[in-house]
Amino acid sequence: MDNFFTDNQDIQLIFENTDLTEVIDLKEGDYAEADEYDFAFTDAQDAKEGCREVLTLIGEIAAQIIAPLAPEVDEEGAHFDHGTVTYAKGTQHAMDVLKNSNLMGFTLPRKYGGLNMPTFIYTIAVEMVSQADASLMNLFGLQDIGDTICEFGDEEQKMRYLPQFSSGEATGAMALTEPDAGSDLQAVQLKATYDESDGTWRLNGVKRFITNGCGDILLVLARSESGTKDGRGLSMFIVEKDESLVVRRIEDKLGIHGSPTCELQFNNTLGHLVGKRRMGLIRYVMALMNGARLGIAAQGLGIAQAAYLEGLEYARAREQFGKAIIDMPLVYEMLISARVNIEAARMLTYDSSRIVDLKKSYDHLLEKSEKPDRELRAQAKYYTSLAALLTPMAKYFSTELANKTAYDMLQIHGGTGYMRDFNIERHYRDARITNIYEGTTQLQYVAAIGGVVTRVWEPEFDRLETQLNDEWQKPLAKELKKKRELLSKAVDYIREKNDHDYQSYYQDKLVEMATKLYIGYLFVKYGVFSDEKKKTAAIFFEKEMPIIEEHYQVVTSGKTRVIEEYADLLKAED
Amino acid sequence: MPEYKMVVLVKQVPDTKNITGEAMKADGTVNRAALPAVFNPEDLHALEMALQVREKYGGTVTVISMGPPSAVEVLKDALYRGADRVFLISDRAFAGSDTLATSFALKQAIQTKFPDVDIVFCGRQAIDGDTAQVGPQTAEKLDIAQVTYVESIEHLEKKKIKVRKLIDDGSEIMEAPLPVLLTVTDTANEPRPYMAKKLLKYRKAATDFGLHEQLPKYPKFKEPEALKKHLAGKGIFIEMWNAEDIGADPGQIGFAGSPTMVKKIESITLTGTGFKEIPPTDEGIKDFVAELIEDHVW
Repeated sequence: MDNFFTDNQDIQLIFENTDLTEVIDLKEGDYAEADEYDFAFTDAQDAKEGCREVLTLIGEIAAQIIAPLAPEVDEEGAHFDHGTVTYAKGTQHAMDVLKNSNLMGFTLPRKYGGLNMPTFIYTIAVEMVSQADASLMNLFGLQDIGDTICEFGDEEQKMRYLPQFSSGEATGAMALTEPDAGSDLQAVQLKATYDESDGTWRLNGVKRFITNGCGDILLVLARSESGTKDGRGLSMFIVEKDESLVVRRIEDKLGIHGSPTCELQFNNTLGHLVGKRRMGLIRYVMALMNGARLGIAAQGLGIAQAAYLEGLEYARAREQFGKAIIDMPLVYEMLISARVNIEAARMLTYDSSRIVDLKKSYDHLLEKSEKPDRELRAQAKYYTSLAALLTPMAKYFSTELANKTAYDMLQIHGGTGYMRDFNIERHYRDARITNIYEGTTQLQYVAAIGGVVTRVWEPEFDRLETQLNDEWQKPLAKELKKKRELLSKAVDYIREKNDHDYQSYYQDKLVEMATKLYIGYLFVKYGVFSDEKKKTAAIFFEKEMPIIEEHYQVVTSGKTRVIEEYADLLKAED
Repeated sequence: MPEYKMVVLVKQVPDTKNITGEAMKADGTVNRAALPAVFNPEDLHALEMALQVREKYGGTVTVISMGPPSAVEVLKDALYRGADRVFLISDRAFAGSDTLATSFALKQAIQTKFPDVDIVFCGRQAIDGDTAQVGPQTAEKLDIAQVTYVESIEHLEKKKIKVRKLIDDGSEIMEAPLPVLLTVTDTANEPRPYMAKKLLKYRKAATDFGLHEQLPKYPKFKEPEALKKHLAGKGIFIEMWNAEDIGADPGQIGFAGSPTMVKKIESITLTGTGFKEIPPTDEGIKDFVAELIEDHVW
């Protein structure tokens, strides 16, 4: 029987060879919950075994229940009728299965009915669900909403809402985007008014493109400080669905048909303030978005994996000119490139998740500690800035890869792939949103560039370097060191130049250099564990290291022609 | 709402869907070591039906398996899916039991441990023996009503049950008094997957047989007895019954209680009559291969 966890040798390799002791020890504290909850872990070893069991369960559900329904879900899509949204039959069935299997409170504390799983494990789960049906991930992945309430809500809110998420009786939505506030959330206008008479907040306005906006519990970003125009006038509210909240329509989309994308109208709807006023965007939404971005990275990864398997199967079976097309260089090149980059994206996304776990735990310890020592402060700061760098890297890399892979695998199918009969066209359509929502690829570069030019990567690369002492690792580590110097020199160049337009124009190249280097370290780290990984690592080095060099040349070229000419060429009146 | 007492009889079987050349031993018995052991597929549907009755009408679901110590795995599986309690019937004295001796042992277990059972569920048949005899024989020995090939429960009340059973060319609605034994087909339902919390809890469950294996995982405990107490305290010790526990007469179990004799094993090549056209397309061949696998021919 198919299982997306146990069948995937690459996931197995990473899972088995990633030391999660620190992550789990920090998350479980002294493992005291083992006395209180019969499903809690007793030590790090026990936790790893338990995580393996749960992932095997999700791998089975994804492969045997969700994946077979995906074509029907795509065909049927979510329905909208007089203000009521209904999921496609397959979506509803899959959601019921996930709910009954206790998988909807994956990362929430046990106290609120959750499984208290690390983000690392959640990311693997999200990849598998997305491989099965990308659109279902948009519902499974809404668990970030519970996490956000857990992180910033008060105890009463947590007790009220989180158990509903864990049990699966409620689904959520994050209502951020508006017609005139897409990438730029500072422009949010939905109005929150404080009613002095009864001490409640009332929300009025419109939200657009809200994934699962028909959900029961919504996190809404709204302008609570009238007269303000920027992000500092925005607060976050929890809204429980009632008649005052109207779904006006759902969108007719290119892909992810199972996921209803709603337009919402708030008519004096009751909202409950989360945390502090004015912190809505600058603190809470940023945290929410970072979690969601990691989820989308895993979604991209899952789509890429599904597309790759389709391409591989087709190329093996299809014969032209008297031989299987998989033996043709221009075909196997596409497959190898997909395989190597999927492994790259997987290591990057999983490792980012591990860093996010450490960040959350150290933040949490810092918050709890009355007199935090310098060591603890330093750890929290270190992982916070590293997570802020790696999350956008993983997001852009995995989602661009999803598109490239779906594109190439459809190409391998030829005209057949353009027809609805094969799964590949669905993956192609589903992939297209991943590098747009939760911040476009361009915005991921913007989010990562700060960490690149302030050399957040430096201590992490140093640390990784000390671990690469195997004979096989040494020459590769040496090559990485050389390429690191190029990144370092490119950063020096940019900083010395101190030209905002120039840095903005070349930021993608800089971020890509750092990303490819980070992936290079991960390939060398994991390569020791299998001969196959050594091969994919060698191919990654052969193909990607020259690109770092090219990018270095471009970034330090000083060329500004496009910056100078774009306005004349694009904005001149006819 | 009445609380229905339900017992599901399940069997661990060699996975005959993944059969290899070493599947049979020279003496004509199944070479269990060469095949992975799995939950007998139709028993999963029986368990699912019981769990659905519990959800709809209320009650408790107890799962019993008779088999070697390794059969504890199907019991753990049943716990992961939501069974309330499980018991393993295991004793060397049961070795070599045919369907008659097996149904006698199961009848003894139900009669001594669950005299007030309302519904006994079994899979229609097991994929190793394919006899479909154990369910009906158990009902007969318990002297209760039985309905075989059940696809759904249409109605249930304190004293009677109405079920739909599969027959050639259709289905039939039947009513029976309680207690009743039902054998369930694989068209009845879709067995639910595990529940993560139950999986995390019961993955460490063990019987007396498993205690030695488990000891290294619990450095706190040096003796199996101490570990047993600990596991029992956590609700993850699985009780085991031997022949004596269920009052089974040694003459009616194991080889002694099994009149069935394997006379001869033959490797049969089936010769078909008539013909079937396979379209010469990838799809046609694929369907044909799937059919062969389904029929256990390939």
